[in-house]
Amino acid sequence: MSQESTASTAPRKSLFTPFNVVAGVIVLVGLVITFLRFTKGIGAVTNLDDNNPWGIWISFDLLCGVALAAGGYTTSAACYLFGLKRYHSAVRPAILTAFLGYALVVFALHYDVGRPWRLTYPIFLSQGTTSLLFEVGLCVFLYLTVLFIEWLPAACEWLRLDKLRKVLVKLTLVLTIFGVVLSTLHQSSLGALYLIAPSKVHPLWYSPYLALFFFVSSMFAGMSMVLFEGTLAHRNFHELMDETHLEEAPGVVTGFAKACSVVMCGYLIMKMFGLALENKWHYLATGYGVLFLVELIGFVALPAYLYAIGARERNRTLIRFTAVWTVLGIVFNRFNVSLVAFNWQLPSADRYFPSWMEIAISLFVVTVGVLAYRFICTRMPIFYEHPDYKESH
Amino acid sequence: MDTVFYTLQDFLLHSKSVTYVLMGLGLLLYVFWWWFLTDKDEKKRLF
Amino acid sequence: MSIKRRTFLGLIGAAGVTVASTGARAAGNAHFDGYPGSKGVLFDATRCIGCRKCEAACNAVNELPAPAEKFDDLTVLDRSRRTDAKTFTVVNKYETPSGGPVYRKMQCNHCLEPACASACFVKAFAKTPEGAVSYDASVCVGCRYCMIACPFNIPTYEYDEPLSPRVRKCTMCRPRILEGRLPGCVEACPKEALTFGTRDELIKIARKRIEKYPDRYLDHIYGEREMGGTSWLYISGVPFSQIGLREDLGYASAPELTSGALAAVPVVAGLWPALLGGLWAINKRKEKIARQEKREAVENAVARASAEAESKLSAALSKAEVENRRRIEVEVKRALEEAGLNDTKEEG
Ligand code: SF4
Ligand code: SF4
Ligand code: SF4
Repeated sequence: MSQESTASTAPRKSLFTPFNVVAGVIVLVGLVITFLRFTKGIGAVTNLDDNNPWGIWISFDLLCGVALAAGGYTTSAACYLFGLKRYHSAVRPAILTAFLGYALVVFALHYDVGRPWRLTYPIFLSQGTTSLLFEVGLCVFLYLTVLFIEWLPAACEWLRLDKLRKVLVKLTLVLTIFGVVLSTLHQSSLGALYLIAPSKVHPLWYSPYLALFFFVSSMFAGMSMVLFEGTLAHRNFHELMDETHLEEAPGVVTGFAKACSVVMCGYLIMKMFGLALENKWHYLATGYGVLFLVELIGFVALPAYLYAIGARERNRTLIRFTAVWTVLGIVFNRFNVSLVAFNWQLPSADRYFPSWMEIAISLFVVTVGVLAYRFICTRMPIFYEHPDYKESH
Repeated sequence: MDTVFYTLQDFLLHSKSVTYVLMGLGLLLYVFWWWFLTDKDEKKRLF
Repeated sequence: MSIKRRTFLGLIGAAGVTVASTGARAAGNAHFDGYPGSKGVLFDATRCIGCRKCEAACNAVNELPAPAEKFDDLTVLDRSRRTDAKTFTVVNKYETPSGGPVYRKMQCNHCLEPACASACFVKAFAKTPEGAVSYDASVCVGCRYCMIACPFNIPTYEYDEPLSPRVRKCTMCRPRILEGRLPGCVEACPKEALTFGTRDELIKIARKRIEKYPDRYLDHIYGEREMGGTSWLYISGVPFSQIGLREDLGYASAPELTSGALAAVPVVAGLWPALLGGLWAINKRKEKIARQEKREAVENAVARASAEAESKLSAALSKAEVENRRRIEVEVKRALEEAGLNDTKEEG
């Protein structure tokens, strides 16, 4: 009860904080553009055309959104499957962000696809099973459901639905495994989406390993995002965290830094194999090659090294900085595959650049996510264990 | 399987659809198999 | 490039298990020749004069909105155009090094293994037995993945339609073909640059023309094998890349390009639960053993501690006894001495 009273008084006190004002403006602009989008059509608000059917609503909202929400499956797998129990306090925040992340991805898709109310058609009406997008759609749909169920216990504790909670907690293992299966599938399939267009994606980014690249990079993307959110959360929700969470946090940070470092090392090696497999070394000497190397050395090799240093010296500031860097690197990579390398052969006049309204909608989606996150974290047991439910999982 | 497929696309559409259904069944089977396997170990910790 | 792209590996990461798969593998050793007697169109670039009559006919038979410039306005040929939501076909002019402009008509190529159909997640596209690749707007979600997939950049989208946008592309005039009539553009062409017939026939016709006029044509039928083959075929006197037909597409069809990745899907769904379940069980067991060991260790420690304590106690006791005895002895001695002293005193 005391929580509720603080929750209802806190916003009233600080309604006009800089954050709230900015968020409010973004939401307002977003609503106006939403209106335009559904009255004047996609063409009125985007720079999409017949040569460039996918813009940043796919590159950022879908590809980056899904990759950065990978923290849910990596953290729960680490805790429940790999037996790293000390990560337990990190699971709930990670599940929550993953759930919100996926919900937002689906939300953002409503802007991008032509007839959003048909988004369930591929699952229930007409299954185009040869499409990798079908695979993505099915898995995202199922995984969103899984995440929702995984997150429900927190809501149950808030609403005191003990019986339901007990049943749900028993499902943890099944849900975790199912979540990892689904994540493996759709994370990799997002990369595999581009397999069908070898003539449009620049050879340096097109690879038979695309699916694998997307999957492996989603692992360190997700973990880095958990670290990054951890930093933000510690700054803003510190008072909500219980002792276990605060005690375990440093361990989680170094543990994840180590894991990221190793996975990134593997990713780097695989990227090299990718070049070797198709003998694409000579492209490295071109302009696109420079971009490719910047991505690989600056945003994979360097953070992998920094993570290693951070883990060795228990330098958590360095680790947190590296996490941000890695997240940026993932965004860079997804943009490279889906925008920069895509349609690289078209003359520059036919290339795509997002309109400000597309960017505004992407910002709007992110803002909605942050607001929802804040709403939930200040009300439900996310950063702490509910006193009544301790020891019961 | 008397259906004649004239294109690889049609063939894959058929075979992948069957595979997807089987995948669902396979995953279900896993759950039940696991249940069957560990049923007697510990009544309490089922999943 | 094209050769390398044909080698297609679907890769799956458990312990580096690699599932190599080509299209042929995906379908066992079966191969597919397409619908027998399916129709197509042959375009002869040496005959086309860029009159735009086909564009006009296409616009008419498909009841498309009137364009900004009239169809008899040939100045539009000076800029490069593409199909859009209101135009299913365009003719472009290409200046070639070998002298003189060459015209080429562009529309859906009605691939034998359509990339658009392979990509569509609601089966909106289908290769019909007549040869046309059809589109069904009643299921289309508007994801536009078909547009990403099409190697010829053909499908277009009604971006300005807010609520019911459709993908638009040439239909090969399927309704007309089913009525036994010619496609609009073919019928309208004054130069017979377009020939309609079964694909097999068309290939024979093309071969004959190439054979008969070897100086006039290049010895290649574009679309015979490109991207697994198309129903719309092209012959030309200049390299196809000079008239906007990419020659680096490769011969692998779209389903072949993705079948490897699709084949990896059931592998993950089938193996992951076993592997992860096993991992979980191992860790569970480790945990259990660890817990047991801990308990045993604690028990041992307690036992050891109590044993130690006991021995210490008894040692202490015995030590105390010795000391006690000594103290008693000393006392007695002293008492005796004192008594003796007293005695002597009394005596003395
Ligand atoms: S040309 Fe493009 S749209 Fe036409 S059938 Fe082939 S893949 Fe589909
Ligand atoms: S836009 Fe329509 S036709 Fe094209 S892939 Fe998506 S659902 Fe299929
Ligand atoms: S076949 Fe029909 S739809 Fe296609 S370009 Fe010719 S007239 Fe237009």
